[in-house]
Amino acid sequence: MLKKRFKFKKDYSLFFIILFLSGLGLFMMLPLVFLVSTAFKPSEELFIYPPRFFVENPTLQNFKDLFLAMAGDQIPLSRYFFNSLLVSCITVFFTVLLGSLACYPLSKHKFPGKDQIFGLIIVSLMFAPEVVEIPRYLVVSYLGLMDTYSALILPSLAFPIGLFLMKQFMDQVPDEIFEAGRIDGASEWTMMWRLALPLIRPAWATVVILAFTAIWNDAGSSALFTQSEEMKTLPYYLSTVNGQGVARAGANAAATFILTVPTVLIFILFQRQVLSTMAHSGIKS
Amino acid sequence: MIAYRFKNLMKEVWRWRVSYLLLSPFFILFALFIIIPTVTSTALSFTYYNILQPPHWVGWQNFKTLLVDDEIFITSLMNTLYFALITGPVGYVLAFLFAWLIHQIPKRFRTFYTTIFYVPSLTSGVAMAVVWLVLFANDSYGYLNSFLIQAGVIDEPVQWLQNVKYIMPVVIIISLWMSLGTGFLAFLAGFETINTELYDAGKVDGIRSRFQELWYITIPAMKPQMLFGAILSVVGSFKVGEISKAVAGFPSPLYAGHTVVLHLQDYAVLRYEMGYAAAISVVLFILIYGIGKLCFAVFSSKGE
Repeated sequence: MLKKRFKFKKDYSLFFIILFLSGLGLFMMLPLVFLVSTAFKPSEELFIYPPRFFVENPTLQNFKDLFLAMAGDQIPLSRYFFNSLLVSCITVFFTVLLGSLACYPLSKHKFPGKDQIFGLIIVSLMFAPEVVEIPRYLVVSYLGLMDTYSALILPSLAFPIGLFLMKQFMDQVPDEIFEAGRIDGASEWTMMWRLALPLIRPAWATVVILAFTAIWNDAGSSALFTQSEEMKTLPYYLSTVNGQGVARAGANAAATFILTVPTVLIFILFQRQVLSTMAHSGIKS
Repeated sequence: MIAYRFKNLMKEVWRWRVSYLLLSPFFILFALFIIIPTVTSTALSFTYYNILQPPHWVGWQNFKTLLVDDEIFITSLMNTLYFALITGPVGYVLAFLFAWLIHQIPKRFRTFYTTIFYVPSLTSGVAMAVVWLVLFANDSYGYLNSFLIQAGVIDEPVQWLQNVKYIMPVVIIISLWMSLGTGFLAFLAGFETINTELYDAGKVDGIRSRFQELWYITIPAMKPQMLFGAILSVVGSFKVGEISKAVAGFPSPLYAGHTVVLHLQDYAVLRYEMGYAAAISVVLFILIYGIGKLCFAVFSSKGE
C-alpha cells in the first residue's frame, strides 16, 4: 500500500530507510555479538592485547568450566537454572490464568466498583516493585513465605501490565457474542470457559513474553525473599559473580549467554501474535 | 434511605457474584503485593523503624532530614533526574522513530528488524554487565579505549567507569540500548491498526510527504498507545539503579552513579532504617505519579 501512496519517491526513501535500519541494527547487535564471541573464547584469547572483538578458535571450554567449577562448590549451576526455570514457568502459567479469569468480568460486566478497580490497575501501571521492597518483604515474611518458592512466585503474579493488556484485548471482542450466550441460557461460568477463554487466547503470547522476561531476569526477588543458596535463581547468581575481573569473564559470558537465549527464543516463537495484542494496548482516558 | 441504597447495592453485588469470584484471585495478590505495600510504605515514612523494635511516630522528621540534611539524597535525586530526563524522552522518541521506520518497509522484512531492535530489551541489565565491564573497561584492554586509541582519538585510556564525569553517561547509553521494549511493540502494533482509509482521505486533503502524514494522521490516531508507552517509559527511567550498581559499583566513586533507588536500598537493606527508606520511596512515588499524570494530560484522547 505504501507503493501506491508514494510511488514517485518510494524507491529512494525505502532504500535509505532499509540502509539506515540495517546500519543501526548492526550497531545494536554489537554487545550481543560480543557476548556470544566472549562466551566461546578460549582463555588465552581473553587476554590478548590489543583486544579482539571476534573469537578466533571457538571452544566450549567456558561452558564446561562453568558447570564443572560450580559442581565443585556446594551449589551446582544446574540448581540455579532449575530454580529459575521452575519459578518462571509457574509464574507465567498463573499470570496468564489469573489474568484471563480477571479480564472477562473487568471488560464485559457492569458490577459495582468495576471502574474503581480498573482505575487502580491503570494507576498501578506506574508501579515499580523496586520502590516498595521493604513492605513487600514485610508482607512475605508475615505470610511465613520466606525462603520458599511461593515467595519467588506470588509477588510477581501481581502483574498489572498483563491484566491491562488482556482487558484491552477483551474490549474489542463484540458484546453481542456474550449476549447471545446469555439468551441461550448459558451461565456466566460456562461463558467464561467456553467463550471468554478461547477468545482471549491470542493475547496470551504477549503476556507470556512480557511476564517471562520480567521474572526470568529478576534478580531482586531472589535477593530479598530467600536466604539459602539453594533457593537462589540464575540472574541472582550472575549479579553476584559479575565484576570479579577478566579471569571470570569467559565463564560469566557463558552464563549470561545461557540466561539470554530462552527469552530471545520465546520472543521469536510468539512474535506474530504479539503485535495483534499490542495494537489494543492504548490507554483511552 | 441509606439503608435502602445499601440494600440495593448489596443486591447488585450479589447479582455479579461470579464476576467478583473471577476477579478475586488476581485482586487478592494485587492487594497483598501492590496496594498494601504502597499504603504501608506511606505509613512507615512517618515513623522510625528498625525492624527489631516496633515503629514509633516521628511526624515529618524523615522528610525534613531527607530534603534538608541528606546531601547524598540530593545527589541521588539529581542523578536520577539527569538520567530520567534524558533516557525517558530520548528512549521514547527512539522507540517511536524505529517503530515508524520499520512500519515503512515491506511486511516480509518487518519481523527480522523488529527482532533485532527488540532483543536488547529482553536481556538482563545486571547479567549484561559482563559485556559492559569489558567494553567500557578503564584500562587499555577495554574495547572502547583500545578502539579510540587505535583510531587516534585519545592517547590515554579513559576511566569510563571511574571518572565522575562519565559514569552517568555510560549508564544512559546502556539504558538507551535496552530502551526499545514494550512501548516499542505497542507503537509497532499501533501503526499496523491505523485505518488506511485515513491516509487516502489525507492525500485528497493535500498531504504530500511521509512526515506530514505522520504529524497530521498517524500521531493523533496513536495517542492511546503513545500514552501507554509514555507511562512505561516514565516508570522505567525513574527506577534506574541496578545497571549503575552493576557497572560502577556501590557506592560509586563520589556517588556519581548514585540514584534514588540505590539510596533507598542503602537505607533499607544495609542500614535497616526502614522509616527513612520508606520516606525515600514516597518521594519516588510522588515523582513517578506526578510525571505520569502529566503524560495523561498530554496524551489524553478525551473529546476527540
